[in-house]
Amino acid sequence: MNFKMIRYTLGIILLFLSGFFAIPAVTAAVYAEWPSLLAFLGTAALTVALGVLMTYRRPKNTKLYARDGLVIVSLSWIVISLFGSLPFIFSGSITSFVDALFETVSGFTTTGASILPAVEDMPRSINLWRCFTHWVGGMGVLVFVMAILPLSGAENMYIMKAESPGPEVSKLVPRVKKTAIILYAIYIALTVVNVLLLLPEMPLYDAACTVFGTAGTGGFGIYNDSIAGFSPYVQIVVTVFMLIFSVNFNSYYLVLRARFKEAFTSEVITFICIVAAAIVIVTLNLYFGGIFTALGEALRHAAFTVSSLISTTGFAISNFNDWPTLSKTVLVSVMFIGACAGSTGGGFKVSRIVILFKGMTRELGAILRPRQIKKITVDRRPVDHEVVRSVNAYLVTYVLIFVFSVFLISFDNYDAGGYNEMVTNFTAVSAAFNNIGPGLEAVGPTQNFAFFSPFSKLVLIFDMLAGRLELFPMLLLFSPTTWKRSKI
Amino acid sequence: MNIIIVGCGKVGQTLARQLSLEGNNITVIDSVAENVRAVTDKIDAMGVIGNGATHTVQRDAGIKKADLLIAVTGADELNILASIVAKRESECRTIARVRSHEYYTESPYLKEELGLAMVLNPELAAAEEIARVLRFPSAISIEPFAKGRVELVKFRLPKGCPIAGMTVREFVGNHRCDVLFCTVERGDEAHIVKGDFIFLENDVISIIAEPKQALEFSKLIGYKTRAVKDAIIVGGGEVTHYLCRALRRTGISLRVIERDKARAERLASEHDKITVVNADTADEEILAEEGIEEAGAFIALTDNDEENLILSLFAKQKSRGKLVTKINRIDYDDVIQRLSLDTVIYPKNIIADMIVRYARSVEGSRGGNIETLYSVIKGKIEAVEFIVRRGSEVAGVPLSMLKLRKGVLVAAIMRGRDLIIPRGHDIIEVGDAVIVVSEITGIRDIADILE
Repeated sequence: MNFKMIRYTLGIILLFLSGFFAIPAVTAAVYAEWPSLLAFLGTAALTVALGVLMTYRRPKNTKLYARDGLVIVSLSWIVISLFGSLPFIFSGSITSFVDALFETVSGFTTTGASILPAVEDMPRSINLWRCFTHWVGGMGVLVFVMAILPLSGAENMYIMKAESPGPEVSKLVPRVKKTAIILYAIYIALTVVNVLLLLPEMPLYDAACTVFGTAGTGGFGIYNDSIAGFSPYVQIVVTVFMLIFSVNFNSYYLVLRARFKEAFTSEVITFICIVAAAIVIVTLNLYFGGIFTALGEALRHAAFTVSSLISTTGFAISNFNDWPTLSKTVLVSVMFIGACAGSTGGGFKVSRIVILFKGMTRELGAILRPRQIKKITVDRRPVDHEVVRSVNAYLVTYVLIFVFSVFLISFDNYDAGGYNEMVTNFTAVSAAFNNIGPGLEAVGPTQNFAFFSPFSKLVLIFDMLAGRLELFPMLLLFSPTTWKRSKI
Repeated sequence: MNIIIVGCGKVGQTLARQLSLEGNNITVIDSVAENVRAVTDKIDAMGVIGNGATHTVQRDAGIKKADLLIAVTGADELNILASIVAKRESECRTIARVRSHEYYTESPYLKEELGLAMVLNPELAAAEEIARVLRFPSAISIEPFAKGRVELVKFRLPKGCPIAGMTVREFVGNHRCDVLFCTVERGDEAHIVKGDFIFLENDVISIIAEPKQALEFSKLIGYKTRAVKDAIIVGGGEVTHYLCRALRRTGISLRVIERDKARAERLASEHDKITVVNADTADEEILAEEGIEEAGAFIALTDNDEENLILSLFAKQKSRGKLVTKINRIDYDDVIQRLSLDTVIYPKNIIADMIVRYARSVEGSRGGNIETLYSVIKGKIEAVEFIVRRGSEVAGVPLSMLKLRKGVLVAAIMRGRDLIIPRGHDIIEVGDAVIVVSEITGIRDIADILE
C-alpha cells in the first residue's frame, strides 16, 4: 500500500470538497441565513486547512496499484461524507452526528433517504447543500477531480473503474482525463437543459434543487410532499429526465458522434423495455384497481413512480404505499433492477441483468446439449469470461450483504406505528443499498428514516456507500490484508 | 497526436508507454483481450479488442481522427495489411514492422506504391548496431548522427584508466582531442557532464566526436583498439542473418551455433562464407570446443533472453573478447546494466527511438525537423539532431547569448562536412545540423531548447 500517496490524494479531494461549499455559502448569503453561512465557511476553512496539510508534501513514489485505487475511492467517499455532514451540525439543523452523517451519505450516494421529518423547516442553504450533494455524488467526486487535475498514468483508470457503476467501464477516448471531461460536460449540459425546462414553472432556487436531485438520481426534496405539489408539466419533465439520467452516458457520447446504431446498445433497449412494461402494468393496475378514475392520471402517476424507482431517484408524487399489491411488487422489482451501467443511477444495473440472463440461458442450453459450445455475446461481441465471472461474484456478494443487513436491522426495536416491520426492514435496506430513498410501509414515500436506532443507521450508511461504489471497494476496507504494509 | 498501435506485444507496449508519456492519445488494438488489458492497466490508453487489419476494428479505434497508425504485430503480412486498410480510410500516416527480409527488400515499393510512411525492421536495426560495435569494440554503443559523420559513443572507463581523477576541464586543457563529453552514468545516477566533473574508473561516459577522433579517444583512456577478427554467434535467427550480411565484406570471420537443424541449414545455404554449427549450447563443452576463449567477440542472439544472459556471463568468465547480448522481452534494465556485459542490444528500444523521432517530427516542424533521436539514458537523457530551418530562433545568435533551458547541451554543429564542437562565440546558421543532448525529454523542435 502506498499510504503516502493515499494521504496525498485524500488531501486533494478535501481541497475540492471545500470548493463545493462555495455554492451553498453563496445561497446562504443571498437569503441572509447567517448561521448557515458561518457553518459553511467554518467547514470550508477546516477542510482547506486539513487539505493543505495533507497535500503539503507530494510523495516521491506516486505509483498506485489496483488495490490502492480502490482504497482511495472508498476512503474518499467516507471522508467527504464526514466533512460534508459538518455544516448540518455547525448550523444546528441536525443535532445528532449519526443523523447528520446519514443525511450526507444519503446525499452523496444519491440515495435520498432522509431522517428529516419536515424539510421545509430547514434553512434554504442547507436544503440546497443536501440536493447539491446528489449532483456531486451522481457522476462521482473522483471523476470530477480527474477531469480537472493534470493526472496522467493508467493508475487513474483504477479509480475511475471503482467509482463508475457497471460491470465493464470503458473509456470513450484514449485519455482518462478527457473521458472524465466528456462525462462531466454531458452531465452539466443535461443539467442545464433540465433547469431551463423547469424555470417557467418555478423560481431558480426550486428548479436548481429539483434538478440536482434528478440529475444525480438522488431524490432529496425541498418540500415535505416531494414533487407532488408541482404542476403536471413539472412532473412530466422530471419523469423524462430521471429516465435520461439513468441511461449509460456512453450512449449520449455516441449520439453526439452520430453513431446512433451503436448508441442503442442491448442494455439501453432492455432498459426501455423494462420501463415500458412496468409502466403499462402499473397504469392498468391503478386504473382497474380504482385508485385513479382517469386513465391519463393513472399513467402520469405510474410513469413517474416507475421512473423514480428504476432510476433509483426516489421522488414521489403519490403515496405508492397505498397502491395494490401487484403495483407494489412491480415497483419493488424495478428497485432491484436499477439503472443502466455508466449512468448516475444505482441498483443492480441492467447490463448485469442482461449478462446474468444470458448466462442462465446458456446453462440451460448446456444441460440440453452438453457438447455444444456457446459464448455469451452482448451487442454481437463476446463477453469476456472475466466479466461473466465478476458479474456472478457480484450477485453473490450483493445477496449476502443484503441478507446480512436485513438481519442486523431486525435487532432494532423501533416503534413501527402499525406498519409491517418485516416489509419496512426489507425495503429500507433495499432503498439504501440500491440508492433509491423511500421504501414501503414505515419508510414509505411519506415517511422518513429517523426512527431507526443509530446502529441501524450505521448499517444503512454502509449499505448506501457499498451500493454506490458497487460493493467491492467498501468490502476491501474490512479485509485485513488491505492494511498490511507488505504485499504478501 | 492520436496514435493507433496495432499489436500489444513487447514492442507495442514499449511504444504505447513512450508515446503516451510524450503526450499523445494512444489507442491499442490486439486480438487477444489479455494483451490489451496488459497495456490499458498500466498505460493511460484506450484498448480495442479485435483484428487490427479489419476496417471495422480500425473504425472502432477511431482511425478517421488518427494521425498515425503503427502496426507491430508478430506477423509481417498483418502489419502491411493493417497499414493499407488504414490508408484507405483516413489521412493518417502508417508505420509497419516488417521482419522478414523478403518483404523488407520491397520496402521502397511498400512506401511508394502502398503509401507507408516507414517500414521498420527491428532485427535489421539491431544487426546494424552490432556491426558498428564490432568495428569499434571498446565502445559500448555507437550511434551515428549526421549520416554517420559524427558519432555518439559510449565507453566504460577501464581499470587503470589514465584520465581517472582528472576533471573535464583538465582533460580538455591537456589533450588536443576534438571530443565533446555528453553524459556520465555512475551507479544509479546519470548526468550531463559539466566542466568540474571528475572522471572515475568504471564510469560509463558518452562523447560526441568524428569516428576517427572517437578512436583516438579510446586509446587515450587506455583501450587497445583492435578490430574484432572473429566472432562466435549463438542463435541463427533473423538478426544473425542480417548481421552475416552486414559483416560480409569486413573480413570478420563468423561462426554461428544454432540448435535447430533446419534453421542452421537455411543459414548455411544463404551465407556460404560463414561456418554454421548445429549444436545445443546448453552444453558448455560445445562453446569451449568452438573456441569461445580465443574468439574476438561473443554475440548471444538466441530467441531466449535468459539464455542470452547466461551465455554472455559464461563468455565473460572465459574470454577477454567483446560481448554482445540481445534482450528482446525482459525488462529488469537495472539488473542487466549492473552485470557489465559490454554491449546489450534491445531491439524494442531501437524501434521505439525511431518511432518516437518520427512522431515528434510529424508534430513539431516549425524551426527544424528532427533528423535523429537516440535516448542516451533511457527516459532520462536523450540526444536529438535537428536541421535548422529558415526563421528559427536559434539561428544567427552567438550561443552564449541564447537563453538555453537548464539541462540542455548544444553538443555539436555540423556545417557541411565540418564538425564544430561549439563554444560560446559560435553561431548556429540556417542549414546546420545541430545535435542537442538534454535532460528534458520530449523535445520536438529546436526552439524547445530555449527558455
